[in-house]
Amino acid sequence: MKFGVVVLEGPYTHEAADTAYQFTKAALEKGHEVFRVFFYHDGVNNGTRLTTPPQDDRNIVTRWSELGEEHGLDLVVCVAAAQRRGIVDADEAKRNGKDADNIAPSFRISGLGQLIEAGIQSDRLLVFGD
Amino acid sequence: MSEAIKKFMYVNRKAPYGTVYALESLEVVLIGAAFDQDVSMAFMDDGVFQLTKGQDTGDTGVKNFSPTYKALGDYDVNKLYVEKESLEERGLSLDDLMPLTYEDEDDDWNEKPSIKLVSRSELTDLMEEQDVLMNF
Repeated sequence: MKFGVVVLEGPYTHEAADTAYQFTKAALEKGHEVFRVFFYHDGVNNGTRLTTPPQDDRNIVTRWSELGEEHGLDLVVCVAAAQRRGIVDADEAKRNGKDADNIAPSFRISGLGQLIEAGIQSDRLLVFGD
Repeated sequence: MSEAIKKFMYVNRKAPYGTVYALESLEVVLIGAAFDQDVSMAFMDDGVFQLTKGQDTGDTGVKNFSPTYKALGDYDVNKLYVEKESLEERGLSLDDLMPLTYEDEDDDWNEKPSIKLVSRSELTDLMEEQDVLMNF
């Protein structure tokens, strides 16, 4: 089956970010396809490489990046939500005159159309939020 | 390349202010309107407050985005299901909501109300019919 995954909450504060990861990983291991993981609301904070959790805790961001790299996953951060919350890639930093970027590896920033497309293209769209 | 049209329902459960969910949900609906899908919105729980008249955020420094709901009709988003029980539980009635309308192209562009009051069980049936449910 082809899944679309939507993550609406940030890491550590809400378990939704963990559950979305666990689901995505399990689906891929079972041989399903994940068309895209789309990050919206505070979910965009899953995509900053600057997080440094304590060493005895899981690193939610790195976990996504590694899963993305391993499976060629399309990890998309919503640009409008990202701009509000300071999640920036090199292009966005340049465009908005910022002195740094912080997007994590395997993530990319794009528009809300990517969310709608995931709804259209996937057999099931799963929304992880509160 | 034509693909089957899917039924999208955006489910709004949260008050318009206090959190950003309602505002960012509306942004999804407006972008989504460009994709020519069969779109509806549901308002339940505190989400019914999103449609109330006379919203005033002046003292809070937060943008009052309620006028944007009036544009939905122009985007062909004209099925706004409001759950009757959620309204009543909050002491609200249809009269407390903005009179949102759309022009019906299948009926000589007559202006018609976009808001449809439905019972909890009717909303359950509507959700059952959807291909894609997005909860905010």
